[in-house]
Amino acid sequence: MRALSYTVAPSAEAAVARFAAAQGSARYIAGGTNLYDLMKLGIEHPAHLIDVSRIDGMDAIETDGDILRFGGRALMTDVAYTPVVRDQYPVLSESLLKAASQQLRNMATVGGNLLQRTRCMYFRNGAGSTSMVGVYPCNKREPGSGCSAIGGLDRTHAVLGTSEACTAVAPGDWPVALMAMDATIEMLGPEGPRNLPIAEFYRLPGDTPHREFNLHPGELVTAITVRKTPAGRASTYHKIRDRESYAFALASAAVALEMDGATVRTARIALGGVATTPWRSRAAEAIVTGSPLTPELALRAGRAAFADARGGQHNAFKIELGARVIADALIIAAERRA
Amino acid sequence: MEDERSETTQTCGVTRRVVLASGAGAAAASILPLEQRAQAQQQFARAETGQTVQVSANVNGRPVILEIDSRASLLDLLRERRELTGTKKGCDHGQCGACTVHLDGRPVSSCLTLAAKIDGRQVTTIEGLAEGADLHPMQQAFIDNDALQCGYCTPGQIMSAVACVTGGHATSPDAIREFMSGNICRCGAYVGILAAVQQAAKVMEG
Repeated sequence: MRALSYTVAPSAEAAVARFAAAQGSARYIAGGTNLYDLMKLGIEHPAHLIDVSRIDGMDAIETDGDILRFGGRALMTDVAYTPVVRDQYPVLSESLLKAASQQLRNMATVGGNLLQRTRCMYFRNGAGSTSMVGVYPCNKREPGSGCSAIGGLDRTHAVLGTSEACTAVAPGDWPVALMAMDATIEMLGPEGPRNLPIAEFYRLPGDTPHREFNLHPGELVTAITVRKTPAGRASTYHKIRDRESYAFALASAAVALEMDGATVRTARIALGGVATTPWRSRAAEAIVTGSPLTPELALRAGRAAFADARGGQHNAFKIELGARVIADALIIAAERRA
Repeated sequence: MEDERSETTQTCGVTRRVVLASGAGAAAASILPLEQRAQAQQQFARAETGQTVQVSANVNGRPVILEIDSRASLLDLLRERRELTGTKKGCDHGQCGACTVHLDGRPVSSCLTLAAKIDGRQVTTIEGLAEGADLHPMQQAFIDNDALQCGYCTPGQIMSAVACVTGGHATSPDAIREFMSGNICRCGAYVGILAAVQQAAKVMEG
C-alpha cells in the first residue's frame, strides 16, 4: 500500500475542494469497508484519503415529508432500523440487513454502498505481482488486458447485461432495492450539486467495464432520496445465497407492489446477483400488472426477466434460480399488502 | 499446569508472545538478555514509515495518544502499538469477524477500520470487558457452555455477542444466529456459542 495523507473534511464543499486540489490522486473515504479492502488488495492506490464520515448533517435520515431522504454518510444500520423504513419500506430495510454482517453495517454508509465494486475473484485477487496486468488479466482493473472470467470460473458471474469485455456481477443489495423504488442520487461536485435518477447512475460494461458509475471526477454522493409510495408496504428484498446469511447474492429480487385485492395494480421489480448493474425488469413488471397474482403468473414474470439472459461456463443455473427468486418475491410482497 | 505456567512467566518476566516476537526480530539484538531483546524488537516494530497522523482516543477506558502510519488499521494499532493482542487477525478483509471490537459502543471490524478514524472516539476490546477479576457475563457464559475449541475466533465472537444482547437482538435462536453470522468459527462451536449467548442474555437482562 502506498504512503498516503489522511484528512477529515469538515463539510462536503471542503471535501470537494480538497479532492480537486489533489488532481486525481485522492479518494473519498467513509466506512472504508470496500475502499480500504481494495487498497490492501493492491487495486486502489490513493495518495490522499479525504474522510467524509464526519461531515455535519450528512448522516441525517429524514422521513417527515413526501420523500425519504438518507444522508450519504448515514450508516447502513441506522437506515435499516429507522422505524418508517423498517415498517413501511421492508424492501429497503431488508436489502440493508441482508447486505453485510452487523459489524460492516455499523461501518459502511448508504452513499458509499452505491459504489461498492464487484466481487469477481479475477478482479479482486489478480492485482500486482509480476506485471502491470497482474496474475489475471481483467478489463475492469487494467483496461484492455482481457477478461479471465469469460470461459473461466464464472459461477458467480452475470447472465444479464454482459459484454465481450466483462461479465462481473454488480455486488450490491441496497442499490437493487433503490432501483425498484426509483431513488434519486444527490451529488456535489466541482461544478456544483447535481441529481440523478438511480436508473442513470450505473453503466453497462460494454467495452469500458472500468467505468462503472455515471459519476463525474470529484463528485461526492451527499444523499439518496425515495419518493414515498404505498408500494413500499407490500415489498420485499428476497436474496438467495450459498449460505443462509452473510454472503453475496447468487440471485436476489427487490419487489414492491400496489394491489387491488388480489390484482396487481403496479409492480416494481429489480434484480441483484445476476446482472452487471442493479437491474430493473420492465418485462417482468408488465406480465403481472393488471392481473390477479398467482404462483404461475409470478413464475412467468420471473422467466420474462431472463428472456435475454446468457449463461457462461458455470453460471447458467442463475437463469432458472433468478426466475424463481422473482416468483417467490412477488408472492412474499403480495402477502404483505395492507 | 496453569498455575505452573503463570509462575514461570512471573519469574523471568517473559511471555510466549515476547519470545516469539524476539525470535522473529532483530538479529543484531540476539546477544542481549531476553528481556532487553524483546524491548529492542518492540522499538524496531514501532518505526513508522510513510506519512503519519496523530490520533487521540480512549481505549478500554484509558486515554491513548499515538503518532501512527496513516495507512494503519485499527487492528494493527491495537495489536502492535498497544499490545492488546486479544483482538485477532483472521482474514484481514472483513470476512471472518475475529477482529471485532466496539467503536463508540458498536461492533466494527477493526481490520477494515482505518486507525486514523478513531480520533476522538472510544474503543473497547476483549481486554476491556472484565471488571477487575470479574469476567463479563458473556465471557463466563462462553466458558460454561464450551463455546469454543481452538479459541481464535472467541474474542470477536464475544464482542459481537455482547452487542447482540445489549442491542436487543437475542430474542430467538434464529435472531441470535443471524446477528452472529458475521463471526465465523472454523471449529464449528456454533451450538455452544448460541447457548452461551442465551445464558448471558438472561444474566445481562437481569
